[in-house]
Amino acid sequence: MAITLNINGQDHMIDADPQMPLLWAIREKAGLSGTKFGCGIAQCGACTVIVDGNAVRSCNTPLASAVGKAIRTIEGVSVNNDHPVQLAWQELTVPQCGYCQSGQIMSAVALLEKSPNPSDNEIDKAMAGNICRCGTYPRIRAAIHRAAEMSKT
Amino acid sequence: MNTPSFSRRNFLKVTASAAGGLMVGFSLPTALQAAMGEAGEINAWLTIDPDNIVSIVTPQTEMGQGAWTAIPMMIAEELDVPWENVRSVRADANRHVNNADLYTTTSTGGSTTVSRRHPYMMQAGASARERLRVAASKRWDVPLEKVVAKQGYLTAEHEEHGVMQGTYGEFAADAVAVTLEAEPAIKAYGDWWLLGKDVKRLDVSSKTNGTAVYPIDVTVEGMVYAAVQACPVPEGKLVSFDFEAVKGMPGVIAAVELTQVKDVPAFTDLRSAVAIVAESWFQAKNALAVMPIVWDFGRGATISFESQTAEALSLLAAPGTVLKDEDGNVGKGLDKGVNHDAVPDLIAASAKLVTGEVYSRPFEAHATMMPPCAVADVKADRVDVWTFTQDIGRSLNEVADQLGRDTKAVFLHQTQLGGGFGGGYNMDVHRQAAAISAAVGKPVKVIRSREEDIAQDSQRPPVWGTYKAALGEDGLPVALLTHFVGEEKMPAFAQRGVANMPYLIPNRRHENSFVQNHIPIGYHRAPGANSNGFIVEQMVDELALAGGWDPLEWRLKLTEGMEPWQRVLLAMKAKSGWTTDMGDGEGMGLAVVESHGTIAGCVATVSVTRRGQVFVDRLQYFINSGYVINPLNAREQAESSAVWELGHAMFGGLQIRDGRIVNTNFDSYPLMRMPDTPPEIEVNLEMSEDQWWGGLGEPTGPPTPPAVANAIFYATGTRVRSTPLSKAEL
Repeated sequence: MAITLNINGQDHMIDADPQMPLLWAIREKAGLSGTKFGCGIAQCGACTVIVDGNAVRSCNTPLASAVGKAIRTIEGVSVNNDHPVQLAWQELTVPQCGYCQSGQIMSAVALLEKSPNPSDNEIDKAMAGNICRCGTYPRIRAAIHRAAEMSKT
Repeated sequence: MNTPSFSRRNFLKVTASAAGGLMVGFSLPTALQAAMGEAGEINAWLTIDPDNIVSIVTPQTEMGQGAWTAIPMMIAEELDVPWENVRSVRADANRHVNNADLYTTTSTGGSTTVSRRHPYMMQAGASARERLRVAASKRWDVPLEKVVAKQGYLTAEHEEHGVMQGTYGEFAADAVAVTLEAEPAIKAYGDWWLLGKDVKRLDVSSKTNGTAVYPIDVTVEGMVYAAVQACPVPEGKLVSFDFEAVKGMPGVIAAVELTQVKDVPAFTDLRSAVAIVAESWFQAKNALAVMPIVWDFGRGATISFESQTAEALSLLAAPGTVLKDEDGNVGKGLDKGVNHDAVPDLIAASAKLVTGEVYSRPFEAHATMMPPCAVADVKADRVDVWTFTQDIGRSLNEVADQLGRDTKAVFLHQTQLGGGFGGGYNMDVHRQAAAISAAVGKPVKVIRSREEDIAQDSQRPPVWGTYKAALGEDGLPVALLTHFVGEEKMPAFAQRGVANMPYLIPNRRHENSFVQNHIPIGYHRAPGANSNGFIVEQMVDELALAGGWDPLEWRLKLTEGMEPWQRVLLAMKAKSGWTTDMGDGEGMGLAVVESHGTIAGCVATVSVTRRGQVFVDRLQYFINSGYVINPLNAREQAESSAVWELGHAMFGGLQIRDGRIVNTNFDSYPLMRMPDTPPEIEVNLEMSEDQWWGGLGEPTGPPTPPAVANAIFYATGTRVRSTPLSKAEL
């Protein structure tokens, strides 16, 4: 079945089962591999994308539910890898293996768009759904504060 | 005639300093480059192109630990080339395997990339630098001792022509042909210009925009997808499956049976499994989930963690065996003239006996954020593979073995790994991909579901341990007997951090026993020490308190004269604010464990609520690895190992029932998340700098759980002897 998805401002015609998780449509059909598969049950956040401004786990979001909505993936955060969150991540050398970081960044971007100057508690709450086995949490927390600071100037 | 040559960048500087007369033989940069030809490979480790860009080869895998930066750093240090001119490029596994292990090893584990590999890697850089000097000395016709190689430039004072200067790139082609009479010595600590400085890992920015490539991201023209299931009870075998029941499902192409190559449970052999191949992975996974499969579960079907624990407890009730290490020594601590034979009598006759209770740690999975994944494209004359591996050479050999192909026709491409932690060794996902691609005649991407990953992972084994000690008049132990029970497949894991504990106790005896186990076992970040440290370092606190000693003073006393340990312990004393008395509900605990040649101390501060909930408020680390080549990367790894192991200690633990692992995803196998992470992780680098090198990818893990458990004891008076700590009744 042909479905139109709007990803990073571009329409993609996708021929797939409407029940297919959005993650696999993004990766296999739209060819955007920055969004990762981690658990398949919305527990780890590696697949996080932003749909109409909200961070969602694409691994258990059916394709059909994203039709007509604005989907943003890591590839749509900036053209030149210079969104304040990306710059802060680079400055504080947040990523180690890096596999979870697309999801971490999408959760952080969604958080900062809603709360431009989040407290530690807000950060903990917004980021609790994203697992990082390299344990980069202290740097992620610091980088979100740094990105908030950079966005002000 | 040798012709002096110049780079455009340096032309003005050189003419100015040489006061004319240098225009002879001057070449325009473009003509110069054309004359020089292609980039010069000075040796297998590096290539210098005409623009003076140096490409340095990395045989080791990058999994976040920084290998793709550390290796270029070590070589650039000796080559003496500006860091911004350095490019990090991947080693060719095919070339390595088919040229007598060209890069010595491609294995990436044991925190060895810097600690053990630096001599030959730095040698490769030094050797290239010397060959460039020889090339310049010949072309310029100046004595070799006059040629200086520094920051990408060769410079010499010529008797007639004055100062000569050229880039490495201009001499690379000549240097390729140079043979050195003798290899130069590598630099000593203190002569470094790059090593020892904070350097950001080169691949960080590729991991902030989704462009870093992992095996799961590789796409090959015409590729199909496979979901796999091995027998849920490890070592079990596939009996039958009913493909007819699912072959009509959307996108389904084929079912492929995977059989063990050898009929023994080898660590890296293909396990008995079945795969569904489909046009998308989602379709393959859905069909596999409903396909009827019959298994023969084998010898493990009745085993549970509880049954293994019961077996371990009965083994602990009888004497164990004293194991010897590879050199025949009875543990490193016992080659100092101490008598292990005297221990049982000393314990039996002791007037002041301390009898420990049983401690344990459970199985833990790697659960790398990227579930195991591989792409294989098996063609008649060539095989290409991208896979989850910590050893590209070994995996290439395994693929060749799987397919019965010559290693010369197998090409295994290095990608980023979405975590490794030891999980990329005993791994058969590339065998699966190769076998399935060969069966269906198409390129295939295998992705393990998270459930399949955790069920089939090569797990960190459990351990159970206890001790007895006879104390002397001064409250210090005269004799110590430990008994650790490990699992049968990797007995060494039950010794690490035990037999080599540093404490100067005059009579020590370390016994072991082993439980039967069918669960595959593997290396798991600081293997052995990660679990054993929890037991040994709580035992130390129990012994110290029983003898009336402060736990830190006890450790200082029993490592007297051992400089690397004293350095760490004295730093802990000076900087941590150490106390065993913080007041009700709060506690500070410490532990110090050696692994990978590095001594790592941890001081943990916890608070425990009235309901018994534990919060780790602060972790302080004191690390001595001898040297550190990149303090920034060292801190990153120290933080990483700490959070890694704190996660297992607080929340982890695999449950085994009916021979299978039952908690196979993050809902039932909870791990560290941001709200659980201490707000403060402090890393102090306390380096001896006296000719020994330890590794830094793992050592802060092992002291973390015992430091936290000791802190819980000082906060509550309750000693927690098993993990997960979050389940302890406090």
